Amino acid sequence: MTTPLIKAEKVSKIFSVGGMFGAKKYIKAVDGVDLEIGENEILALVGESGCGKSTLGRLMLALLKPSSGSVSYYINHEYKDVWSLKGKEFREYRRNAQLIPQDPYSTLNPMKKVISALTPPLLRYKIARNRREAKKMAAELLEIVGLSPPEDFFERFPCRLSGGQLQRIAIARAISVKPKFIVADEAVSMLDASLRIEILNLLLNIRKSLKTAYLFITHDLAIARYFARNERIAIMYLGNIVEMGRTEEIIQNPLHPYTQTLLATVPIPDPKLARKRELPKLRSLEIPSLISPPPGCKFNTRCPYAESICEKKVPELKEVKGRLVACHLF
Amino acid sequence: MVCIPKLRKGKIMRGLKSFLRYHILEPLKILASDKRALVGLSIVIFYVLMVAVGRLFIPLDLTPHREKRYLGPSWEHPLGTDFAGRDILAQIVHGGRDVLPVAFLTGFVTIAIGTAIGITSGYVGGKLDLAITTFIDIFLTIPGFPLLMVVAVWLLQSGIPINIFIIACVLSITAWAGLARSVRAQVLSIREEAFIEAARCLGLSRFHIVFNEILPNVMPYIAINFMLSSVSAIYSYTGLQALGLIPYEPGTWGAMISMAQAYVGTITGAGCWYVLAPSITIIVLQVGLVFLSQGIDKIFNPRLRER
Ligand SMILES: Nc1ncnc2c1ncn2[C@@H]1O[C@H](COP(=O)(O)OP(=O)(O)OP(=O)(O)O)[C@@H](O)[C@H]1O
Ligand code: SF4
Ligand SMILES: [Mg+2]
Repeated sequence: MTTPLIKAEKVSKIFSVGGMFGAKKYIKAVDGVDLEIGENEILALVGESGCGKSTLGRLMLALLKPSSGSVSYYINHEYKDVWSLKGKEFREYRRNAQLIPQDPYSTLNPMKKVISALTPPLLRYKIARNRREAKKMAAELLEIVGLSPPEDFFERFPCRLSGGQLQRIAIARAISVKPKFIVADEAVSMLDASLRIEILNLLLNIRKSLKTAYLFITHDLAIARYFARNERIAIMYLGNIVEMGRTEEIIQNPLHPYTQTLLATVPIPDPKLARKRELPKLRSLEIPSLISPPPGCKFNTRCPYAESICEKKVPELKEVKGRLVACHLF
Repeated sequence: MVCIPKLRKGKIMRGLKSFLRYHILEPLKILASDKRALVGLSIVIFYVLMVAVGRLFIPLDLTPHREKRYLGPSWEHPLGTDFAGRDILAQIVHGGRDVLPVAFLTGFVTIAIGTAIGITSGYVGGKLDLAITTFIDIFLTIPGFPLLMVVAVWLLQSGIPINIFIIACVLSITAWAGLARSVRAQVLSIREEAFIEAARCLGLSRFHIVFNEILPNVMPYIAINFMLSSVSAIYSYTGLQALGLIPYEPGTWGAMISMAQAYVGTITGAGCWYVLAPSITIIVLQVGLVFLSQGIDKIFNPRLRER
């Protein structure tokens, strides 16, 4: 890997809920995560709903401020905490780190026509010199994301568009500023299965032409495997990354017990391979609450291999067979 | 900027055309699809025309004619005559010349103050928000019309010259706080929407976020409130006039009601036309504004339009 473009160091996010009436409770949505993403690289972030994937994505984009730890961006030959960036440097980071949000139905302003979603960023960063040029560029962007003829979409309001079309517009807007890094948060989970591959391929094509890096968030290991083939996957459980490494290695030979159980849910076409991967049963299907996670390894309430040390000591991420795993078994 | 772009004739025409299309024609088409709104619009336009040009056709003659007191409707006097034998229709046509401007100006002042304070409070948040909401809450506990009466009396005694702008400001005293509070609540929820986060992520300015992302979402509400506070301004204004707390010229709707109170007392018998005419005139205008306000929602809210 070349020098990472952006990295998170021991980054945590604690939300407080309640208060006013009743006791204030704290949710540790992201808990001391380290990760690095290099130029033009893909890291697929996989985990169950509510494990903190979107929160981690927002931390990487400085849309949320970390409770502790930091996210740093490589700018002017050094890593700088994104919350310490000012003026021109912050603008450069903002422009280069973009989001494709989770829910296409709420990412466009319902009161604004499509064209008014596309032109402001182009004018803001002087990518277009005037309105007419911005409109021309917007048309090109819509062509790129497969909406044509673009003029048909300019004057439409979001409520007159389908989920797939909205997602394409959100993608067009994110790539309009030519970012180096995109957080794609469940970019296809709200779409029909038939559309998914199309959008995934669109994102991969964009990566080829713009040389963007992706943090690709999904709860679906099969989609992660497709999108991040020959790249890396990180598995997240209750705010922690429990395993991270090359996609094929992790899929072929998952080491962390949680990854193994996740993989058990992915259908495998080859029956022989499927039998070879017979997996032990989870001890419990219940996901512990983030407000009071179990002590030690957070997976110990469900893990089939849990030993007494698992309830006492938090396992550190360490290198095992060329990847990172956080489990006392290794 | 020093250089001014040369405007060619074609460019101006094109700009004008697209303005007509998107800001006049399209809203009208949307209004036309809603019968109630259309009725409301017709009523309001009728009143505006009546006040603006109607008086050029029907002259106002306020000289008393003793022999013609309290006549019923006739060809000569379609709405009858008043206690001094003067034509009621002519007074109705001329009598709105102060009410309409005051109503619309009050609506405007109210939404300007209410929106500015509501958005500031909701978007800036923190201590400022707390201070503003406390102030609003205290304000909302003061009953409206009595407050207006007190302010009007104070104004009369203070010697401040009373023009329609001053009156509009006074009348919006009772309306801005409620509006500010609801605008604030809406801004608080809009602020958390995904499209605001998207705009932040794209690095768009605060100015853009407030005026181009948040404001359009509050706009339907503001437009409706413009109408509604105009409606209540009509009430309060004529009410204050009828009570004699705001000076009035003879021959305005408020003056007519005030006089009717003094001279007729009841709405039975000979004087009933004199009481009913201005009252109905005012009520119809208010109904028109309320109907229109319902259509306004559709103009601003694409989700409410049917295809
Ligand atoms: N602004 C917030 N305030 C309080 N709690 C929050 C906030 N945002 C997220 N959370 C909580 O933090 C946890 C992680 O949320 P997050 O959205 O990051 O999960 P996720 O992995 O993206 O889930 P999903 O797959 O459902 O999108 C959840 O328990 C959620 O309720
Ligand atoms: S540390 Fe213990 S509980 Fe956690 S995954 Fe490993 S074996 Fe299971
Ligand atoms: Mg999420």
